[in-house]
Amino acid sequence: MTPGAPTPFPGDPPITPQLVREHNLTDAEYKRITTLLGRTPTFAELGVFSALWSEHCSYKHSRPVLKTFPTTGPQVVQGPGENAGVLRLPDGWAVAFKIESHNHPSAVEPYQGAATGVGGILRDVFTMGARPVAVLNSLRFGSLDDARNRYLFAGVVKGVGDYGNCVGVPTLGGEVDFSPSYGGNPLVNAMCVGVLKERDLIKAAARGVGNVLLVVGSRTGRDGIHGASFASEELTHESEQRRPQVQVGDPFIEKLLLEASLALIASGHIVAIQDMGAAGLTSSSAEMAAKGGVGVEIDLSLVPTREAGMTPYEILLSESQERMLVVARPDRIAQVQAIAEQWDLTATPIGRVTDDGMYRATWQDRVVVEIPGQRLIDDCPVYAPDAREDEAIVRLRDAAPPASRLPPLDDVLLRLLDHPAVASKHWVYEQYDSTVQAGTVIGPGAGDAGVIRIRDAEFGLAVTVDCNNRYVLLDPYEGGKAAVAEAARNIACTGARPLGITDCLNFGSPERPSVFYQFKESCRGIADACRALETPVTGGNVSFYNESPAGAVDPTPVVGMVGLLPRADRAVPSHARAAGDVVFVLGETRAELGGSQLWEALHGFVGGQPPRVDLAAERRLVDYLVSAAERGLVRSAHDCSQGGLGIALAEVAMGGPYDETGFGLNIDLTTYGLRLAAVDLLFSESHGRAVITCPPTRTTAVAALAQELGVPAQRLGTVAERGGAVRLRLRDATVEHPVARLRQVYFSSVSRRMGD
Amino acid sequence: MKRVAVVVFPGSNCDAETLAAARAAGSDAYFVWHRDTDLRQADVVILPGGFSYGDYLRSGAIARFSAVMGAVAEHAYAGGAVLGICNGFQILCEAGLLPGALMRNARLRFLSRPVWVRVEQTDTPFTSLYEKGEVLEIPVAHGDGRYVVDPRTAAELEATDRVVLRYVRENPNGSTNEIAGVTNAGRNVVGIMPHPERRDAPALGGQDGARVFHSMEARHATQHAVDVRAVDDRHLRV
Repeated sequence: MTPGAPTPFPGDPPITPQLVREHNLTDAEYKRITTLLGRTPTFAELGVFSALWSEHCSYKHSRPVLKTFPTTGPQVVQGPGENAGVLRLPDGWAVAFKIESHNHPSAVEPYQGAATGVGGILRDVFTMGARPVAVLNSLRFGSLDDARNRYLFAGVVKGVGDYGNCVGVPTLGGEVDFSPSYGGNPLVNAMCVGVLKERDLIKAAARGVGNVLLVVGSRTGRDGIHGASFASEELTHESEQRRPQVQVGDPFIEKLLLEASLALIASGHIVAIQDMGAAGLTSSSAEMAAKGGVGVEIDLSLVPTREAGMTPYEILLSESQERMLVVARPDRIAQVQAIAEQWDLTATPIGRVTDDGMYRATWQDRVVVEIPGQRLIDDCPVYAPDAREDEAIVRLRDAAPPASRLPPLDDVLLRLLDHPAVASKHWVYEQYDSTVQAGTVIGPGAGDAGVIRIRDAEFGLAVTVDCNNRYVLLDPYEGGKAAVAEAARNIACTGARPLGITDCLNFGSPERPSVFYQFKESCRGIADACRALETPVTGGNVSFYNESPAGAVDPTPVVGMVGLLPRADRAVPSHARAAGDVVFVLGETRAELGGSQLWEALHGFVGGQPPRVDLAAERRLVDYLVSAAERGLVRSAHDCSQGGLGIALAEVAMGGPYDETGFGLNIDLTTYGLRLAAVDLLFSESHGRAVITCPPTRTTAVAALAQELGVPAQRLGTVAERGGAVRLRLRDATVEHPVARLRQVYFSSVSRRMGD
Repeated sequence: MKRVAVVVFPGSNCDAETLAAARAAGSDAYFVWHRDTDLRQADVVILPGGFSYGDYLRSGAIARFSAVMGAVAEHAYAGGAVLGICNGFQILCEAGLLPGALMRNARLRFLSRPVWVRVEQTDTPFTSLYEKGEVLEIPVAHGDGRYVVDPRTAAELEATDRVVLRYVRENPNGSTNEIAGVTNAGRNVVGIMPHPERRDAPALGGQDGARVFHSMEARHATQHAVDVRAVDDRHLRV
C-alpha cells in the first residue's frame, strides 16, 4: 500500500468547526489534533480521535484520580489496564472479572442497551482466556410509581436476562435500587466473573511485525456508530433520537464467539485477542497496537459488512456487537479460520502489524487514516477539573427529617419490607438463569453474596456488587468506604475471604465542580477501604455525564468484589436454618439514621450524616466471619445494611422465596444498645454489623472467637419454630408479626408494583 | 457402563454439566457434534438444555433439521434411550419424537427457580431408580416451558401412563395437566423441562436429579428398552 498523506474519501463532509463540535471535541482538543498531525484531519480521522478521546475510552477526566487506587498485592495477576483484572486462586486457577456500565444506551433503548451491556462484559472476560462462570448486575431506576420507570425496569431486566440466559452464564446476584435521581437516567452496570488456569492468560497487545489482524464473528453494520461519544455526553430530550446509536445484540452469536475465542486461545495459534467494544474497530486496533508498541495497517474494504456502501468512517466507528479482533502469525491463518468455521463464524484477515508505529487505515490503496499510534492514545489531554462540594449537600448533611410522630414500630417494619429497595427482588432474578453450568452453591436471594463452585476444584468463589448511593450523595468519602465495606461484609458472610474489587463509577458531568468533588472523594474512600481490607482494585469503568434535564444522578460508585472460599460446600447462607439455633448480632449499633432507608421510606427525606465506616472494625468483622465459617461455627450470616438490624432480623427469619415458610424469632433487645432509642436500635444503619445464627452447642465457641478477634458479639435470642412469630422485644415496646405476614409483604412488593 | 452421547448444537449451553452428571453416575459419556450423523456407538443419547441456534424462529425449531437429528431419530426408532432436557425436550417435540409442544410460559417471562415435580412413572430409562410418587426439588430455567397438547392427546398420555414428571404445589408455567415430562409410546424417549444435572450434589442444594443419570446405568432400564425395541413410534399423533 502507498503510504502518504491520507485523502478524504469520496462523499466525506468538509471539516468545519460545527462538525468538530458534533464530535464532542473541544477547540483545544481539535487544535491538539491538528498540531499532532501537522495538518487537517480527514473525516475518518476526526471520527477516530472523537472516539478514542471520548471520556468513555480515554478516561481523560478520571485518570489522575484512578491512579490513587491500590492495585497491587500477592494475589494480583493482572491489575488495571487489560480487558479485565485477574486474581490468583489455588491450584493454578485464576479469576478474571470486570464491571462496566451501559447507562446511556439503556436510557433510550432499555432492552438492547442492557443486553449489549451484558454481551460486552462477557467478551471482556473471555478475551482474557477465562470462561465466564457468573454475571451480576447493579441496576438503578426512578420510582416504580412512574410508568416510564416501570417500562425501563422491565426492559432492562428482560434484556439482561435474555442475553445471559442464552449464552449460558448464571446470574448470581446483584442489586436494584430506586431513587428519583435516576428517573431520567437509569444505571445499568453489569459484572462478569470468569475462571481460567493462570498459564492460559492472554493479553491484548499486538506483537510481531508482519503478523495478521483478523476480524472474527459478526459482520459490521451501521449500528452503534459513535456509541462511545454518546456515552460521554449528557442525556437530553433529543437523546431519544440516539436510539439508532444503540447496538443490537445477538447472544447466540456471542455464545459461538465465546467458544471460538476460548478454542483459539487454547490452540496457541493466536498472539493476541481483543473485543471490539466501545468505538469498535478503532479502539480495539489502536489500543492493541499501542500496548504492543507497534503500528497497524488495516484495509477497511476487507472488513465484512452487513450492507453495501459503508464508508471507512462508518466501518471504523461501528459498534456492531459480537466481534473480535485477533492477531495471528501469517502461517496460522488457515488454522484460525478452521476454528472459527467449526463454530459457524468467519475469520477475515483485514490488516497487519507494522514496524512504523503508525495507526493506518486504507480503503484498498487509498490511505484514509494515518496517525502516530502511540500519540493517538498518549496525547489525549488529561484534565484536572475543579472539585468543590455543593453547599446544598453540606446543608443536607446537617438537616434532620421533618418532626412528625413515628408510626408504631410494627407498621414501620412492614412499610420498610414493602419498600421496593428493601423488598425481595425475586421478580427480577427469576428472569435470570441462576443455575446454568451447575455450579451454583448460593444463588440470588439465598446468601449475602453469590457462591459458585468450579468443576474439578474444591474452592468456591463468592461474588457481589454493592453501593448505597444515599451515603455517597451525603458524604462521598464515607459512601465510597461504605461500598467497599459492605461488599466485603457480604463476601465474608458466606465464609469467603475478600480478594479484590472492580468498580463502576457512575457520576454526572465531571466538568461540574460539585460532581467532580463527589467523584474524587468517593474514590478516596474506595482507595482507603481497599487498602484496609487488602482488596486491590483490578480495573473497572468510569461513566460520567449521567445527567438528564432533571439533573445529575446520585453519585454511584458500584463496587464488584470477588472472594475465595477454601471449600465451596462450606458456604454459609443468610437465612435461619433450624429452630432452636441461637441468634447473635456482631458489631456495634449506633444512632446513625442519616441517609437511612427509614427516613427515605417514612419521610421521603434523604439527608443527615450517613453512618461512618470504622475500617479497622470492618476488618475484624471480616476476619471473624471467615474464621467462624472455616470452623463450622455458624449456620447463617447476614449483614445489616439498608433498614438496619430490624430488617436484617426479618430477612434472617423470612428465608427464601421458595421456602414453604420462614422461621419465627424470639429476640430480646432490652439489654442491647442501652443508650439507643428503639427506632435507632432497629433501623439505624451503622456499618460493621452482621446477624449470625449457630447451633446451641456452638454458642461458647462463637463468643470466644468474638472475644479473641475483638468483635462485639451479643446474644439476642433464638430461632423459633417454622411458621412462627417474629418477636422483637424492646424496652418499651414489642414488635411482633407472624413470619408468614412478613413474607407476604416482602415477596409481593415488587411484583405487585409491576402489575402481577 | 453405558455409552452416553451428549449432543452439542450451536447454542447448547448445558452440555458440559450434563456430560459431567452422566460421568458422575458412572457412564462413559462423550460429546457428539451436531454435524455428526453417526450415533451407533451410543446406548443413550441426551439432548441437553440451551438455546440451540439461538432458539430463533421457535425453540428447537431449527435444531430439528440439524444433521445429527436423523441419527437421533434412528436411535429412538430402534428403541434406544433418548433424553431431552429443557431445550432438548423442545427439540424432541419439534422433531415429532415426543407429542405436544412447549409454548411461551403463561406469565410470558423467563422463569428460573426451583420447582417440585412428582415422579409419575418409573419404567423409563431415566426414572427407574426413583420411587413412584416421590417428589423431587429441581430447578427450571426456561422461557418456553408451557407444555401444550390437545385434549385428546392429553387424555391418551394420561391413559397410557406417559406423563413421567408432574409439577406439584404449583404449576410454574401453565403446562397442560401440570406436565413437566413425558415419554413416547415406546417409553424409551423422555423429555423433561427441569434440569436434573443442576441438582446432583449436596453442595448444589440437593441431589434429587442425580438418579436420572444413575437410572441410565441401572439394569432394569436397559432390559426394558430392549423389550420395547420393536415399538414404532412414527405413527404417534402429535
